[in-house]
Amino acid sequence: MTFLLARRRSPWATALLLLLALVAVGGIYAAASGSTQAEATAPTASTTMIEEGRELFLEGCSSCHGLNADGGYQSDGTVAGPSLIGVGAASVDFQVSTGRMPLAAPGAQAKAKPPIFNEEETAALAAYIGSLAPGPEIPSPDLYDTTGISPEELALGGQLFRANCASCHGASGKGGALTDGKYAPTLANAVPRNIYQAMLIGPQNMPNFPDTTLRPEDKRAIIGYIEAIRESPNNGGVDAGRLGPVTEGIVLWLLGLGALISVAIWIGVKAK
Amino acid sequence: MSTSKVEQAGGAGYRWVDDRLPAAKYLKKQLGKVFPDHWSFMLGEIALYSFIILLLSGTFLSLWFKPSMLEVVYDGSYLPLNGVKMSEAFASTLDISFDIRGGLLMRQIHHWAALFFVAAISVHLLRVFFTGAFRKPRETNWIIGVGLLTLALLEGFAGYSLPDDLLSGTGLRIAQGIMLSLPVVGTYMSFFVFGGEFPGTDFIPRLYTVHVLLVPGIILALITVHLMLVWFQKHTQFPGMGRTERNVVGYPLFPVYTAKAGGFFFVVFGVTAFMGGLFQINPIWLYGPYIPDQITAGAQPDWYIGWLEGALRLMPNIEIVLFGQWNLSLNVLFPAVILPGIIFTLMALYPFIEQWATGDKSSHHLLDRPRNAPTRTALGAMGLSFYLLLWTQGGNDLIASTFDVNVFVITWFMRFAIFIVPPLVFVITKRICFGLQRRDRDKLLHGYESGVIKRLPSGKYYEQHQPIGDEERAVILARHEAPQPLPIPAKHDANGIKQKGYAIKLLQAKLSHFFYDERLPIPTAAEIEEANHHEAEITADRDHEIDDARTKAFAPHE
Repeated sequence: MTFLLARRRSPWATALLLLLALVAVGGIYAAASGSTQAEATAPTASTTMIEEGRELFLEGCSSCHGLNADGGYQSDGTVAGPSLIGVGAASVDFQVSTGRMPLAAPGAQAKAKPPIFNEEETAALAAYIGSLAPGPEIPSPDLYDTTGISPEELALGGQLFRANCASCHGASGKGGALTDGKYAPTLANAVPRNIYQAMLIGPQNMPNFPDTTLRPEDKRAIIGYIEAIRESPNNGGVDAGRLGPVTEGIVLWLLGLGALISVAIWIGVKAK
Repeated sequence: MSTSKVEQAGGAGYRWVDDRLPAAKYLKKQLGKVFPDHWSFMLGEIALYSFIILLLSGTFLSLWFKPSMLEVVYDGSYLPLNGVKMSEAFASTLDISFDIRGGLLMRQIHHWAALFFVAAISVHLLRVFFTGAFRKPRETNWIIGVGLLTLALLEGFAGYSLPDDLLSGTGLRIAQGIMLSLPVVGTYMSFFVFGGEFPGTDFIPRLYTVHVLLVPGIILALITVHLMLVWFQKHTQFPGMGRTERNVVGYPLFPVYTAKAGGFFFVVFGVTAFMGGLFQINPIWLYGPYIPDQITAGAQPDWYIGWLEGALRLMPNIEIVLFGQWNLSLNVLFPAVILPGIIFTLMALYPFIEQWATGDKSSHHLLDRPRNAPTRTALGAMGLSFYLLLWTQGGNDLIASTFDVNVFVITWFMRFAIFIVPPLVFVITKRICFGLQRRDRDKLLHGYESGVIKRLPSGKYYEQHQPIGDEERAVILARHEAPQPLPIPAKHDANGIKQKGYAIKLLQAKLSHFFYDERLPIPTAAEIEEANHHEAEITADRDHEIDDARTKAFAPHE
């Protein structure tokens, strides 16, 4: 204490005090300003995302779905694009991330293709549509993450798959034709998030399976089963596309009978 | 030269047998029997060998397969079905596939062999049809063959249905629907066959007995008769030098055909085992157990039932309700019962229809080249195109999803094509046949184009023709002159009285005209002689002209 008291009149004291005051004020300010920024981030960023999504929507989607996403009509009164109010963020994420939307050309059904919008843009679009009215949210990864799925769950998934999905997508998930040019797409390349969303929202010609019909754990089991048969080795040899007896028949005629008849001709020729 | 040890051993064995059985004389005669040679005569053999493979692999499967609808909980090695309730039939098929050593291989061999069996029968039947091998005296064997084909379809379908997987059950449901479409008896029949409502618990064990005992027994018996008839009626042969209606030119059964046929058996077995080992077929674990309220997209029968599936898919949805209560399901009855009924009846009766139209009662041991029977060949091609269209339609959904076409468009295209394409094929085939006949005629008269191009002094080019060889000449000359079509009968006789059986006679004459109105006469020996002579003269003249010009050109100038 005496040390400080003895030097309180030193010319350095003023300078030191000033420095201390500056550090204190600066520190408090930095802390205070930092905390206000942190508090304000969430709502501000979300609003920007929605705003960004709205702009992307106006650019890429509004020509069919209408400027306010409440549906668009062609000059003859037919629907160009349905209203998107209440379809939810999950629907947007499914349609846009699989490249189905924006539509390449009107037809019986939107085809999957390489996505037009990147992940951020897709998220922004989803945020914008999701902000219009409540609807199915993008599922969180733990809902469709199937690591460590038990054999019981797998068997359940198989039963649910055959009961609910196989009639259109085929027992081995290779897809199939529906009426009038519509079709159930192959599940060979579908990612778990999209499969979950598809069940949730029922895109295009697919019926939807809300959580009251298929519980989240049922959906997870189905995804687990799809992944299991997709990754399972081909017991019994090379498959013919897992498309059933038609392709097996083609293999038989072209390869099998072709080989046998060639041998028969060979034996016949040798005798001459 | 001393005999080798092998010959000594063989001789000893031979003596041992001959001392006990009067085999020598009999065997010498039978083993020396001559068979003609052609690769297409081996198609039936493929069917025979496939049948043997089916018996062997089927016996293996029957050791573990349990034809029972008892509900069990699966606890075998295939994890994705663990704990699932299923019939014992399906569970035991899974066990064969995953838990029995060599089981999956045997299952796949059995299934591929079944597909081979029907495919070989089909191509064999086509060969017999297009070469006219069904003609007298072989009509009975033709009918037996058609019977064997029918039984093979039935047997294959039964086997397809036994594992009680989702595809099996779906196929059976369709079969039951076909039964129900039969007027009056349909419902009774379905209840009788299934022992109550579909699917019930009786059907799989019943079907098993049919599949492993009844149908294979009949097939085996018919194959025996089929082969015995070939033996006693002798095999037909293609026309050629020295081949007549009265002889058989070829090689003896022993050692040539015993070696060829024995070797071919192992080739067939090898190819079937190769496919069974390397190509997956009918992965029932992916289809899952049959539950009547389930279905899979792309559910199809094996290839040989595909044409019937196609007929069902092609047929417009026509249903007639009689007096407001009796339902006549033409949408099922016509494509699945009436149509195959007509086709198989026509097929079985064809030898007699052709015989009736031609009035030809003689025996034929020399085969027709397809071009030399244009109407028959065209009819066959027409039938084949009809079959192939139905077959394609059977896979319309897969064509739609693979090639991104609207499935309705395919169906409507086929609905028109089934009436337009076969007649077109008939006309085109007939034209091709006559075209080939003309070419044969041309070759006989003017020889073949030798490829030798010569230039005349005038600057004109021409291709020299050469007379064809004796073998080819014999083949071409083996064509029978087509019979004159029967005269159209008069409706009334000289006294103005209506002729008995006029309608039948008229039909026969019309049919005869349909077969033989258009005919291409075979050139007579004199015509051929003259034409060949003329051709030779022209060639000599031209050669002379060229030689003259050459001599002149090279002559020293004065």
